[in-house]
Order: sequence, then structure tokens, then C-alpha cells
Amino acid sequence: MEKIFKKPKGLNDKTMHYCPGCGHGIVHKMIAQTLEELDLLERTIFISPVGCAVFAYWYFNTDHIQAAHGRAPAVATGLKRANPELIIVSYQGDGDLASAGTAEIVHAAARGENISVIFINNAVYGMTGGQMAPTTLVGQKTSTSPFGRDPNFAGHPLKVCEMLATTKAPRYIERTSLDSVANLNKTKKAIKKSFDLQARGEGFSLVEILSPCPTNWGMSPPEAMDWIAETLSKEYPLGVFRDERADTEVRNDS
Amino acid sequence: MSEKVLMKGNEAVAESAIRAGCKLYFGYPITPQSEIPEYMSRKLPQIPGGAYIQAETEVSAINMVYGATSAGARAMTTSSSPGISLMMEGISYIACAEVPCVIVNVMRGGPGLGNISPEQADYFQVVKGGGHGNYRLVVLAPSSVQEMADLTYDAFDIADKYRMPVMLVAEGNLGQMMEPVKFKELKTEFTDKSEWALTGTRNHEPKIITSILLDPETMEKHIHKLYEKYALIEENEVRFEEYLTDDAEIIIIAYGLISRVARSVVDKLRDEGIRAGILRPISLWPFPNEAIKSKIEQAEFFFVCEMSMGQMVEDVRLAVNGAKPVHFFGRCGGVVPTPVEMFDNVKKYL
Ligand SMILES: Cc1ncc(C[n+]2csc(CCOP(=O)(O)OP(=O)(O)O)c2C)c(N)n1
Ligand code: SF4
Repeated sequence: MEKIFKKPKGLNDKTMHYCPGCGHGIVHKMIAQTLEELDLLERTIFISPVGCAVFAYWYFNTDHIQAAHGRAPAVATGLKRANPELIIVSYQGDGDLASAGTAEIVHAAARGENISVIFINNAVYGMTGGQMAPTTLVGQKTSTSPFGRDPNFAGHPLKVCEMLATTKAPRYIERTSLDSVANLNKTKKAIKKSFDLQARGEGFSLVEILSPCPTNWGMSPPEAMDWIAETLSKEYPLGVFRDERADTEVRNDS
Repeated sequence: MSEKVLMKGNEAVAESAIRAGCKLYFGYPITPQSEIPEYMSRKLPQIPGGAYIQAETEVSAINMVYGATSAGARAMTTSSSPGISLMMEGISYIACAEVPCVIVNVMRGGPGLGNISPEQADYFQVVKGGGHGNYRLVVLAPSSVQEMADLTYDAFDIADKYRMPVMLVAEGNLGQMMEPVKFKELKTEFTDKSEWALTGTRNHEPKIITSILLDPETMEKHIHKLYEKYALIEENEVRFEEYLTDDAEIIIIAYGLISRVARSVVDKLRDEGIRAGILRPISLWPFPNEAIKSKIEQAEFFFVCEMSMGQMVEDVRLAVNGAKPVHFFGRCGGVVPTPVEMFDNVKKYL
């Protein structure tokens, strides 16, 4: 366990710009550490999203490209198809992936692109000041749902793992969380599995991580972790949604 | 050069792109350019390292190109007007991030869903910006199937040389018509991209391709750097063609396929002893300002013909700067001007 908090080779010495108790920094460390363990650092292209992680390239010792809001899976597709030797990490928030970029993520998954998507679900738009996200819970107060998300006109939360698991091509989809030591370990394991599958050419994988945004939730870091355990993970059950190779046989009808 | 073959303009674009070393194509079907993705889907899978990907939208297609060319490959996307509108976000990012790419717009009638007939009403969008922010595209306008092929080939070189998007614009009927065409040889030598392309960190420090520059001073400096590059392009990449302009008093300015209609009009005017000639911009940006200015003294008037309500005419007026009259005649909505109506319109001003 103590390894998770050691500075891995994949990260430089800069102090991260994230708020105290934010999940982004924790996941960055896990990603860097995993790439090091699998000896993939030198082959990795990290794609940063539009969101609080837009400057992820300040920290990673890898090549890096910044994508427009939601477009990271398309950029990932281009990179990977141009050079299949590269290891592509598409790092995206829930506004980025589940709202602006729904078409991109669904179709990258449906094509079975051999990439790893690390999906940070904090149930709000962090960078722009905590507005309602597609993942915001019913009744959850945000800066654009000041009375709580009302399902009568703002609908219900979008469940990305469940939705993507309805397509056949993805190799591996899991939802994890950062709210306990056990779940941190599971998250790290899931990230490792995703990168390892990609390195072995097995296809598309996505790890959704329930992640704290204490700043926009108006909570202290420990309160935020409790809220994930008691509330957020009730709406978003943790677990593996897919772990299966797709049928790749081509049947021509003529 | 290959043997002459008879081909559609759209197919000539695809074949020429492959000969220019384009291995990756990302696109979404739209009339009147679907022959390009169809051709690519047949040919690219047969090339080592080649791939055709049918994107979910044009938004994705341009972002796939951004990824592929950032990895150092030659890649392209093509579409028609409504699809090009969807690409504008990506084009702005690519221009700012200084990554090369080639985009072809086989233009159709608009605005809105419009129709599938040829128009030139995307001039403002592609020449003046279209996407957000301070940037330019090199915009090339062929007028024959041969030029569709040649300019596609050159577009890849220009894009690599200046690390920026280059767009080819052709009216829908140019994409659809068949003409004999000769292709250049398969390109085997390319500019070195090792300084910036993303290939992993085995042999170098981490590289970053981005378009976010949060500090205003840094952003301003970057924009100035882009504009120094654009100044160089204005010096070196202007392309135009002249037809019987040496002694011409009437200078017709038209680009693309209707410059060929204008040619027959000039011949007919000359038959009547009227000294007319054509200046055809091939690069819409950089625009042939100096070439137009050089005709001011001899010209009685300039006559601009476009398949739009008048877009390029604004650039001609800027170049002429009030020194001589600039008249305009245009048809739009997908209507192609006939030689007779163009002729009659020129004669109105005699
Ligand atoms: C096209 C576009 N629309 C909107 C924005 C503004 N914007 C910046 S970050 C963001 C939301 C990010 O939220 P999320 O993806 O959940 O990431 P987080 O900041 O929470 O990590 C938005 C809407 C933008 N940059 N581009
Ligand atoms: S606003 Fe939220 S997501 Fe963004 S850095 Fe702060 S805690 Fe993290």
C-alpha cells in the first residue's frame, strides 16, 4: 500500500495545482507508477482533457497531447492508428467524457480502439466552478442546480460503464473508487490491468474512478470520501462491467 | 508521372493523396465527396501501416487527424460544407498547436443543409477563419481534375513545411466530373518531424502538443510567431494563373471551375474586339494581392464572378482599394452561371 504514495519515475517534481483532497493527483500517481511497473513510460502518449486535468502534462514524464473538450478518444484513435506501438492514455473528466464527448467515447469503445481511458467521475464540472454534470445525482446541489438536480426537467445521471458495456467490442470496463484503502488498491489494479491489456493489443478498456472534488462539493476532504462511500457509489455501483474478448470473426454475407 | 487515366475529381484527390504518402484517412460520408472515403476504404487497407477509419462525425474525423499527424504520419480528412462547419473547432486547435494536416472541402449549396449542388459560399469560412481565434489556413482552389490531383499532392508538402492545416476547396461539380489526369510518383522522402512528433520518450525529453497558453503574454507571443509564419507564406506560396491579361482592359477574376466558364467569355469578348483577360487565384489564402494590384493601371474595371453572393470580391476590393471599379456577378444556391449570362453581365459595364 505505501507504494502508492511514493513518487514514481513517471512524475516530475512539480507541485500539483489540484485542490487539497482532490482525486486527480492520486490517480496521476497511480498512472505514473503503473506505467513504470509495466515498463511502458517511454512508449506512452498521455492525452489531457478539457477540465481540471488540462495541465496534466506539467507533471508526467511522457509525451503529451492536449485535446479539445470531449475529443480525446478521437485524438487517441488517430495516434494509435498512426503508430500502434504507442501506449495511449486518454484521461477525461465526467463533463468531458459523458457530456461534450459522448459520441467520441461511445464510438471509440464500439470500434474497440486499443486504448486506455481513465475516466474521473466527480459528479460535477470541476474546472468551471462546480456546475451540474450529466453524472450529477438527483437532488445534488451544484452551481447550476441550486435546488438540487430535478429529474423532471434535468433527467437522471448517465451511467457510462453500464452504457458502454452494451457494446460488444470493449475488452475491459470497470468502475472503482478512491474512498478507502481497499478501493485505492482496486483502482490501481484496474489501471494496471487496462494498460497491460493495451500493451498486449487486447483492445479498448475504460476505468471509471469515483473521485472527490471537495472544493465544489463544499466538503472537507474526509467528508468527501465519506460521501463517495455512502452516496455516490450507491448510484454508481463499483465493479467489473466487462472483462471479455470480443468475437472478431468476419462473416461476409456474399 | 503516371499514364493518363480518366477519373473523377474526387477519386483523383484520393489517389494523389495516397501517392503523397497519406496513409491514414478519417472521414464521414457526405455528398458530393463520398467517392473520396469510398476510394480510401478500398486502397488504404492494402498499404502497410495504412488505415481507413469511418469516424462517427466530422468533429471526430478532424480530431483523429490531429492525433495521427501528431504522431508524425501523413493523414487527411475530406468533407463537404456542413461537415466542414463541424470541423472548425478541431481546425482551430490544430492551427494553434502547429500540426500539419490536409482537409478537402468539396463545396455544396448552403447555408443550412442547403443542397448537393456546387457553390463557392464557404470562402468566408475557410479563408477568413471559421474557427475561433487568430489563425490562418492555406486554401487552394483547383479548376480541373488534374489540378485536384496536383494541389492535393502539394498540400501535404505545404502542410508539413509550415506545420499547419492546408485546405483544398473544390465546387461539387469539380469533384464529380471526369477528366484525364496524370499522377505524380509515390513520395518516399519526407520532412524530418522528429523534433516535434509524438513518438514516445525513448530518445528524447517529453514533448508536448497543445493549444492552451494560459498566460496572455505567452499566448500573444505564440500568435505573433504564427503570424511570422503566415507572413512567410504570403511571400512564398501565392499561386495564380493569368489568361490573356497582358493587354487586357477588363480583368475578370474567378477561381475554381467557373474560371473555365470565364475563359469562354473572354474568348467571345475578344472575338468582338474587347480586350478582356482572366486572373485566376489558385491560392485563396495567401491571396494574390500583388498580382491584382499590378493590373490596376491597365484596367478599365475588374469583374469578379463567384458562385456566391460575393465573398472573394471583398478581397479584390481591398487589393484594388478604390483605384478602379470592381463589379460583381454571382449566382448562388447551387446555380452555375452560364457563359451567356456572364458575357451579358460583363457587357453591362462597357
Ligand atoms: C467547447 C468547450 N465548452 C466548454 C468549455 C468549458 N469547460 C472547461 S472545463 C469544463 C468542464 C470540465 O468538467 P469535467 O470534465 O467533469 O472535469 P473536472 O474539471 O471536473 O476534472 C468545461 C465545460 C470548454 N473549454 N470548451
Ligand atoms: S475543483 Fe475539484 S476536480 Fe478540480 S482540482 Fe479542485 S477538487 Fe479537483
